[in-house]
Amino acid sequence: MMRLSVRRPGALALMAALALVLRGTTARAQDTTMVRISGQYNAGIKPGVLVLPVNGANGDSVRAILQRDLDYSDRINVILTEATPMDTASDGSRGQFNFPLYARLGAMLVVHATTTGTGLHVAVHSVREQKVERVRDFALTAAPLSPDWRAQVHAISDAVELWATGERGIAATRILYTSGGRVYQIDSDGANPTPITEGGRGVALYPSWHPRATHIAYVVMTDDGTRVVIREMGGAGNASRTLRASAGSVNTSPAFSPDGETLLYAHGLDNGTDLYATQAFGTDSPRRVTVSRGMDAVSPTFSPDGRRIVYVTNRPGGLGLYIADADGTNAEALTPFSFGDQSQRTDPSWAPDGRLVAFQAEKDGQTQIHTVSIRERSIRQYTSGSRNEDPSWSPDSRHLVFTSNRTGSWQLWVMDVETNRFRQLTRAAGGAKGGAWSPRLVVH
Amino acid sequence: MNRIHRGMALAMVAAVAVSACKKKPETVVPTNPTTNTPPPAETCNAACRDSISRANALRDSLVRAAELERARAAALEAARNTVTATIYFEYDASDIRSDARSALDSKLSILRSNPGLQIRISGHADERGSDQYNDALGQRRAASARRYLTDNGIDASRIAIVSYGEQRPAMGGSDENAWARNRRAEFEITAGTISTP
Repeated sequence: MMRLSVRRPGALALMAALALVLRGTTARAQDTTMVRISGQYNAGIKPGVLVLPVNGANGDSVRAILQRDLDYSDRINVILTEATPMDTASDGSRGQFNFPLYARLGAMLVVHATTTGTGLHVAVHSVREQKVERVRDFALTAAPLSPDWRAQVHAISDAVELWATGERGIAATRILYTSGGRVYQIDSDGANPTPITEGGRGVALYPSWHPRATHIAYVVMTDDGTRVVIREMGGAGNASRTLRASAGSVNTSPAFSPDGETLLYAHGLDNGTDLYATQAFGTDSPRRVTVSRGMDAVSPTFSPDGRRIVYVTNRPGGLGLYIADADGTNAEALTPFSFGDQSQRTDPSWAPDGRLVAFQAEKDGQTQIHTVSIRERSIRQYTSGSRNEDPSWSPDSRHLVFTSNRTGSWQLWVMDVETNRFRQLTRAAGGAKGGAWSPRLVVH
Repeated sequence: MNRIHRGMALAMVAAVAVSACKKKPETVVPTNPTTNTPPPAETCNAACRDSISRANALRDSLVRAAELERARAAALEAARNTVTATIYFEYDASDIRSDARSALDSKLSILRSNPGLQIRISGHADERGSDQYNDALGQRRAASARRYLTDNGIDASRIAIVSYGEQRPAMGGSDENAWARNRRAEFEITAGTISTP
């Protein structure tokens, strides 16, 4: 058993007083960029963070969500301990910090969250300095334990990660996928799988997010062809609009431009499939972007600045990735092609930081996740064994959600590309495919 | 149903023939129940024989008609099977193979002789390659099959196409046998009937 002690009660009292002052003055403070706690975080070194027990009716849930979110960030070493992390005061109440214990456990920072009448008061302490580094009040206005309430807690996790590492987390995000012919969304930690589209007519496929997460686009496959649908998220009635298309045509792989104004998708009827651009919320006629002359171009993904696209084409004779200007000009192969090579490179996803394009490469029925760097064109493989397909980047450009049959059924998995750590995201009875990671959500 | 109707017709013919041979009912003479005298044998006169002959002729014609109907139904079924026969493709290809060409040629003659017939061609792909590329590949396969038929005189308005990509495999599995069965175009009659095999 570890011995609990308070070596600097005077400092603690001062710190507590300071915290009270800060609590009043910073409650409405807004995050600024790169506000990480100085001297605490070095790239490649995961700071140890201890989340102290949280008081209140749902304190255990808050603490569990914070711990899991910080762990899933893969930038923080969350310290889980059965030892009593706080001293008991002489009057029997808690509230005495035990920084020597925290240091022995490897904690660099301690998160001390307390429930308030309107939300959560969060103070982050430096163990070495034994002082409060950051403090802020967060509103928790949604019904406790509801999906919106969980999203608000996720946003707190992301703020803590920003303070600790300088990188905002990705906990307050969701992932779209399809299962049983319907589009679903699920929280980044695997909670709250929720259907978005109704079942019934047609099979819903290939969902993608609008850059502000206000809408999604997906495909519905019927006996009359496949159509692209744009659907409002969370609005009254969840209004949707189906793009007009000729009977029997294939219309697939929709992708919004980073400014949200343009929708790029693949359209084909009698003479191959090409990419077309149309106003996401307008009524103009689609504009042809690629000219594949009887071959195919599908699966577009935009660069973060919206000026370039990567897509899949079989133009050189094998299936591979091309890169072009957003209007289709200046197209060139992104992945190398060699004669006789039958490996297929498909399903590209351009990372939000612009450096890498993730894709799946397939040969002899085995599909694995790879990336190609935009600058050096170097390729790196991340998975092996089973089939791993259809990657989609998280907003932090560090995690990929992808589809894998490694457990015997198709499910979504999340991978940290820095450490190759995997975790299963979905456990859908009917399987899950087509994962699409949302941008960071605005949590109210 | 046809078989049932034919059976009923033959039964009716037989019943008519038998009834035509019966004499008028004779006056019943009370007999001594203990003597057990056999009744007088019935005789078939010329009218009776004519009636039997006519019945046999009618039965034979009905049998012949039934046989013809069966043969016609079989021919129509064969024609339907020909029209709806699946054709297969090489890996990542939409070119019409030689075996598919002969299958399409067989469909052509039936489509020509049944101008009211409308079909839908669905293109499919095996599981290899991305789902979205396979949508496009399935479309090319369906379009390729339609192009072969329209290039040989079938009006394009009679042929709808659709791609199901890899979403509707004909055979599960991840081996060459399953892949070969799934690289295909299927044909479905959507309107009209085959009246001329």
